[in-house]
Amino acid sequence: MGIAKVKTYQTIAWRDDEIRRYAGIKQTSAEIDALIAECKQEGEKLLDYSLCYQEFPIAIVGDDVDLSFAKVTSRDLAKNLKGANRVIVFACTVGIAFDRLIAKYNSVAPAKGLVMHAVGVERVESLADRFNAELKERLKLKPRFSPGYGDLDISLQKDIIEVLSATKNIGVTLNENMMLSPSKSVTAIIGVTEERCEDKVSGCSSCNQRECQFRR
Amino acid sequence: MDIRTYLKNNLLYLDGGMGTLLQAKGLKAGELPERWNITHASVIKDIHKAYFESGSNVVSTNTFGANCLKFDESELREIIFSAVKNARQAVLEANTDSPKWVALDVGPTGRMLAPYGDLSFERAVEVFATTVRLGVQAGVDLIFIETMSDSYETKAALLAAKENSTLPIFVSNAYSASGKLLTGATPKAMVALLEGMGADAIGVNCSFGPKGLAPIVKEYLEYASVPVILKPNAGLPNAQNGETKYDISPIEFALECAELAKQGARVLGGCCGTTPSYIKELFESTKHVTPKGILTKEHTLVSSYSVGLEIGKTPLIIGERINPTGKPRFREALKNGDVNYILKEAVSEEENGAHILDVNVGIPDVDEVERLVQAVSSIQSVVPLPLQIDTSNPVAMEKALRIYNGKAMINSVSGKVESMESIFPLVKKYGGVVVALTLDENGIPNSAEGRVVIAQKIIAKAMEYGIAKKDVVVDPLALTISADKNAGLITLKALKMLSEMGINTVLGVSNVSFGLPCRDSVNSTFFTLALQKGLSLGIINPSSREMMKAYYAYKAIGGMDDNFSDYIAFAESTLNEVGKVQKVENVSGAQTKGLVSAIIKGLKEQSAKETELLLGKKSPLEIINDDVIPALDKVGVDYESGKAYLPNLLMSAECAKVAFELIKQRIPAGQAEKGVFVIATVKGDIHDIGKNIVKLLLENYGFRVVDLGKDVAPEKVVEAVKKHRAPLCGLSALMTTTVPSMEETIKQLRVGAPWCKICVGGAVMNGEYAKKIGADRYCKDAMETVRYSLSVVE
Repeated sequence: MGIAKVKTYQTIAWRDDEIRRYAGIKQTSAEIDALIAECKQEGEKLLDYSLCYQEFPIAIVGDDVDLSFAKVTSRDLAKNLKGANRVIVFACTVGIAFDRLIAKYNSVAPAKGLVMHAVGVERVESLADRFNAELKERLKLKPRFSPGYGDLDISLQKDIIEVLSATKNIGVTLNENMMLSPSKSVTAIIGVTEERCEDKVSGCSSCNQRECQFRR
Repeated sequence: MDIRTYLKNNLLYLDGGMGTLLQAKGLKAGELPERWNITHASVIKDIHKAYFESGSNVVSTNTFGANCLKFDESELREIIFSAVKNARQAVLEANTDSPKWVALDVGPTGRMLAPYGDLSFERAVEVFATTVRLGVQAGVDLIFIETMSDSYETKAALLAAKENSTLPIFVSNAYSASGKLLTGATPKAMVALLEGMGADAIGVNCSFGPKGLAPIVKEYLEYASVPVILKPNAGLPNAQNGETKYDISPIEFALECAELAKQGARVLGGCCGTTPSYIKELFESTKHVTPKGILTKEHTLVSSYSVGLEIGKTPLIIGERINPTGKPRFREALKNGDVNYILKEAVSEEENGAHILDVNVGIPDVDEVERLVQAVSSIQSVVPLPLQIDTSNPVAMEKALRIYNGKAMINSVSGKVESMESIFPLVKKYGGVVVALTLDENGIPNSAEGRVVIAQKIIAKAMEYGIAKKDVVVDPLALTISADKNAGLITLKALKMLSEMGINTVLGVSNVSFGLPCRDSVNSTFFTLALQKGLSLGIINPSSREMMKAYYAYKAIGGMDDNFSDYIAFAESTLNEVGKVQKVENVSGAQTKGLVSAIIKGLKEQSAKETELLLGKKSPLEIINDDVIPALDKVGVDYESGKAYLPNLLMSAECAKVAFELIKQRIPAGQAEKGVFVIATVKGDIHDIGKNIVKLLLENYGFRVVDLGKDVAPEKVVEAVKKHRAPLCGLSALMTTTVPSMEETIKQLRVGAPWCKICVGGAVMNGEYAKKIGADRYCKDAMETVRYSLSVVE
């Protein structure tokens, strides 16, 4: 069965449009752009991109998905993984130092705190996307799926963190209410197929939170 | 034999990996290895035995994750007792003559401590204490705390071990590729913390191979006065045909470890990927190494979650601003529990170049114990500097030292018997560098010699308590020259005498100028003279340019500033500040009209300037009603109609707050106050961005907001609402998993404070949901909360 592999990154390309989206900005101004630039510059020094992952065989019967390390019942996950015979499970984070930075500005300069938070979300999502893209170069993948998406119970995060030894490997922990700490962390499952599959059920369109302010 | 005695003259061998061996024996993914102590006792015993027979003196029980967060009480007991029995059986069966010990293995809880996680420090101590007590009952010989990647959790474990056993304690941390713990501490910071608290051996395990750990081990060897542990992985894991292999062979591993043993590492073993054959090679290649003596190091260290700071090399600055003496606004913040005010001071001291922050929050009528703990935990969660805990209340001192994430400065002890008897036990237990005031029952001696005598008396007494001499810094006391013209000279002479004796010194510099005009020039000159006599630490105001000029110039002249980089950086920042003021003036002249515009645009410095101008022309209330509120309303309406966004709203709110702070100084407290609003993120939830935004806006509109923070128990909310008889309470929850605790809070509020209107918000809330859990109102954002609150009080 092996153990999880750990990967670190020095840089990840920035996506300012995503930062603005997470900060709730539809039309920017010079003042806002300056604030974003300031947050990026200050935050960059404290980002510590790390990730751990492992591959598992899976079996799907109806809505029941056996992930090897955990069994879950989820119509949405079963649908997402249709045609896949194995998954790559990963956890990634930008580290705890960034949480301190957000907390600091949250207390002393809330506008900057908010933008810093948006920068953190963009960073960890971009990290997950980068890993996803690397896998895609050599594998046929289903869209990435995380605990809490659709009807997939968020408590699956606990099994993921444990099987990947994510706490020991990259410092990602889970609290009693299934929140990840560092807060800018992601856990996810990516189905691997032998056949090229259609990617259309991905991202916001596959989610039933229609009122979400971040919906694209 | 006591393992500590054995260590004096011998290298000590620990065991190697357990997890990989268990996987090879059939442990499945998701299966908890601790249960194998019961179900596969002979497998575990055989592994221990193989390690003893390969040369290990110490095996660690298979209890890495054995804690009461993962197992219920009866199972935990069975696991630990079985684990110890398996190791003991291996001691009996192993066919070797070397001395053998069984260590209780204590790994991390797997949870993040508050405030970045939800496990409180005291709860963490309890969790470790349960494991330690069971291990002691089961009969282990020592406690081995290992693979800890967070300084705070390490402290909790060590404290639990100390409070629940008298056994030797070894502590080992896991470092990340950056050479620091995952939560930021450097090896030097860990040496300070762990040695301060009295660990018997300290060091590193896991992480990477021995070569990768070498720089970290060397840092331990440089600063530690106790034996250093080295327990690396067999390099890095590689998956080959579905099987995990580590990339260093036993012989390479052994040779690399031997190199570090020659340099002084005294406790050797292996971690992930190592097997009995690694330990055998390790033993063979080091058995002829003569153990290097363990020397007492003379570095005076304090630490935070991030840095270990050495006192006595170059002079350092202790920021004095977190102190309510003579500051009405600070006192008001303390009374209201306004932690953000204190944090702002802390952040600004850090930005201005302080190295350590003094924290004093003692005022009459406020519970100092609670406030000090709150201030220390808040500051240490965002500012990386070591803190100096400053209180004359021994209870507050103990509570603050306990929850401090590092080795603190302790301010202070004096030569009075009572003071020494109450403070020294705390220094011994929690570690710290203590400030010794040169006064005693007879007062302050009027001579340098008299003060030095008291200093020597205090140091001698500290040593009786087992506190190292290097951990006492002496304050020869700066007294007011306007009361005695020779006061300055006496202090300077005492400083010189103490420095010549190799004693580190500290001084509250600005006391010298009380009662004189233009105090900054007297202070800065006195500071320069004191530095010249060898002052190690100046307690000063780091935002005073005169003081910082004296400091940087002294370091530059004194050969302590390579390439003058500190001096030049300071000079440039000083110039920049002058430039910035001019630039703002230009902008204000050219582009904007008045406070309203400055607030709408979100220009902070300009808002301050415009407010000052208006204060010369209008009454405070007129400014609020004619300028601040209309500007906020405009941004609020734009926000609600989608023309402005949340960051714009916040930038404007911050400007309004700046204006209010200035206006507040001119109006009596309480006037123009709309009412009290108690706000909290509910228990179990650690998100607080939304809550902080609502708070800021409410303050802008004249509410006095009592902010209880995040992860707040229902009882605490009820208590606060009752205490302030608040007409309004706002609760925030961001996760579906924490909504039940919101519901419970509302239920308790209805009973305990039936008058209070409750509004709720957060990502998972909506109107229907709010009604279902019994709230009066769902507010979708900060502006709506403001409008609702105004409707309640008006």
